[in-house]
Amino acid sequence: MTALTITPGASRTLKNHVGLAQTVRNSFSMAGRGLIKMRRTPEQLIDVTVQPIIFTLMFTYIFGGAIAGSVADYLPLLIPGILVQTVVTTSVVTGVQLREDMDKGVFDRFKSLPIARIAPLAGALLADTVRYAIATTLTFAMGFVLGYRPEGGLGAVVLAGLLVIVCSWAISWIFAFFGVIARSAASVQGISFLVLFPLTFLSNAFVPVDTLPAFLQWFVNVNPVSHLVTAVRDLANTATFGGDAWISLLGAAVIVAVFAPLTVRAYMKKA
Amino acid sequence: MTHSSDWAVEAHGLVKVFGDNRAVDGVDLSVRTGTVYGVLGPNGAGKTTTIRMLATLLKPDGGDATVFGHDIRREPQIVRQLIGVTGQYASVDETLSATENLMLFSRLNGLSRADARRKSTELLEEFGLSEAATRPLKKFSGGMRRRLDLAASLISQPPLIFLDEPTTGLDPRTRSQMWDTIRRLVATGSTVLLTTQYLDEADQLADRIAVIDRGIVVAEGTAGELKASVGTSSLLLRLADAGSLERARHAILDVLGVESVLTPEAGRITAPMSDPDSVTDLLIRLRADGIAIEELSVQQPTLDEVFLALTGHPADDDAAPAPGDAAAGASGAAPTPELETAR
Ligand SMILES: Nc1ncnc2c1ncn2[C@@H]1O[C@H](COP(=O)(O)OP(=O)(O)OP(=O)(O)O)[C@@H](O)[C@H]1O
Ligand SMILES: [Mg+2]
Repeated sequence: MTALTITPGASRTLKNHVGLAQTVRNSFSMAGRGLIKMRRTPEQLIDVTVQPIIFTLMFTYIFGGAIAGSVADYLPLLIPGILVQTVVTTSVVTGVQLREDMDKGVFDRFKSLPIARIAPLAGALLADTVRYAIATTLTFAMGFVLGYRPEGGLGAVVLAGLLVIVCSWAISWIFAFFGVIARSAASVQGISFLVLFPLTFLSNAFVPVDTLPAFLQWFVNVNPVSHLVTAVRDLANTATFGGDAWISLLGAAVIVAVFAPLTVRAYMKKA
Repeated sequence: MTHSSDWAVEAHGLVKVFGDNRAVDGVDLSVRTGTVYGVLGPNGAGKTTTIRMLATLLKPDGGDATVFGHDIRREPQIVRQLIGVTGQYASVDETLSATENLMLFSRLNGLSRADARRKSTELLEEFGLSEAATRPLKKFSGGMRRRLDLAASLISQPPLIFLDEPTTGLDPRTRSQMWDTIRRLVATGSTVLLTTQYLDEADQLADRIAVIDRGIVVAEGTAGELKASVGTSSLLLRLADAGSLERARHAILDVLGVESVLTPEAGRITAPMSDPDSVTDLLIRLRADGIAIEELSVQQPTLDEVFLALTGHPADDDAAPAPGDAAAGASGAAPTPELETAR
C-alpha cells in the first residue's frame, strides 16, 4: 500500500467549513478539468466559432442596409451590438452542458470530496470564459474584415472584450441555475432562450432606440444588455470607460450575487 | 458509552423515502474501527441508498448517523475528509485519461502539483494501470474502470472507505485481486464498509455482516453466526416423482431433525444441515422408503437460502408474494419477520 499506516479518524484535525482561498483553488482545479474536456472535444467549440462569423455577416448586411443604407457607417454601431448578442447567446450553452455534465457519475465523486460546494459549478463557468474569448475575438476579427476600424485603439478594444466576457460569465450563472434545476438539457435550452431573446433583441444592440415605440423604449433603456452595448461602443469607438460600463459591471455583480447562491443551493438540494 | 474512535460508523434508524417507496426503512449499523463490514442484500434492498446517506451524498429523511463521531448532517464537510467512496457505478471522468483523473482528484484533495503527480503515478502503478495511464477512459474495460475508481478513493488515505458492490461484474481473477486490495487496505488501518450480493464475498472479507432486505436489517452478526442460522451447509434434493415430496420431507425431519423448505420451483427441497456427514443416513432412509431421487447436493448456503431462512421469501421475490412463498413461510424453517414494505 502507498502508506503503511492510515492516520486514524479520531486523531485528525478537521474543519467543517471551506475558506475562500480553498474555494478559489478548488474552482480553478475544476476549470482545469473543463479546459481538458474542451481540448478533447473540440467539436463543442463549433458554436463559438461559426456563430460569430455567421451572425456578424448576417446582421451586418440585414440591419446595416435596412437601417442606414450604408454598411460601413453603421459598423461602429453594429459590431458592439453583435458582439454582445453573440457572446451572451453562447453563454446559454454553459447551462446546457452543465446539465449534461451533472448527470455523469463523476459528480458523485465531486460531492463526496471535502471541496467547496460551489467549485464544480464555478469551475465549469470559469472554463467557459475561454469560449467567450474565442467568440469575442472572432467577432472583432470579422468586423475588421468587413471594414470596421475601431477609433478607440487596440487597448480599448481589448478592454471592451474583457468587459463583455466578464458580463457574459455573470449572465451564465442564470443559465447555470436553469441547468441545475431542469430535468433535461433540451429544457434548459428552451427556458434559457425565453430569457435570452427579450434581453438581447429588446436592447439597443441592432436598432437606434428612438425608432421604437415608447413602452419598448422604457424596457430597452433599463435592460442591462443595452448598457453593456453602449459601454462597448464607448470603449471601442472613443476609448471612454463611462457610466454605462460601471452600470454593466454592477449589473453583473448583482446577477452573480443572486444566482450563484441560488444555483449552489439548488445543486446541493438535488442530491 | 464507548469512545467515539471505537466506531467508524454508527447509524440509528436511517430512513430514506422516494415517493411512497421506503427504500431504507430504519437501518441501524455499527461498524467498529479497523474492521470490514459487509452489507448483504439483493437488488433494490437499499444498500446503495444507505451508503449514499452515510457518504453525505443523500440527505436522510429520518434517523441519524455519525462517522468517527461526526454527525453526517451537521458536519458533512468533516465526514467528507474522513471517507473515500467508490460507488456502484464508476465515478470518474470519462473524457479525461486515468492520470488526468487522479491529478484532478489529488488537486481537489489539496495536494500540491508535484505531490499530486507523485501520488497519481504511485496509485496507477499500484493498481496496474500505468500502461493505460494516458489512454482515454472510453477505451477502459469495466475492471480497469473499477480499479481507477478505487484508486481515486484512496488519494487522501481516508480512514473509512465505502465500497458499493466492488466486485459486481468482475471476472474471477479480477475479483480476487480486488479482495486482496481490500485486505491490504484493512491491514494499513482503514475501515471498510462494503456492500455485496454474494454471501461468499461477505464471508471472505467481512468481520461482521448485516443482511438487508427491503430497507430493513433482517439479520446482523459474524459470517459464522449468519450461517449457523441457516445451518452450516445446505441440502438440495430433487425427486424423480413429485408425488413423494411430503414423504421425503418427513424423512428429512426424522433423520436430520430439521424442517425442510419447498422452493418455489416445484419439486426441489432444501434443508439446512449442521453435519454434512448425516446425508449418508438420509440416503439410506430414502432408499428404504422407496423414494427415487433425481439430484442431490450438499452445498454452502447461498444468499438465496440465507434469505429464505431469514425472511421467509426468496431474495429475488418481488412485492407480490410468489405462489411458493406461502408454502415456504408456512413451513416455518426460520422465524419470518413481518415484511410489509410497499415497493
Ligand atoms: N433516486 C431515486 N429515486 C427513486 N427511487 C430510488 C432512487 N434511488 C433508489 N431508489 C429506489 O430505492 C430502492 C433501493 O435502491 P438501492 O439502489 O438502494 O438498492 P440496492 O440495494 O443498492 O440495489 P442493487 O443491488 O440493485 O444496487 C429501490 O427500490 C430503488 O428503485
Ligand atoms: Mg446498489
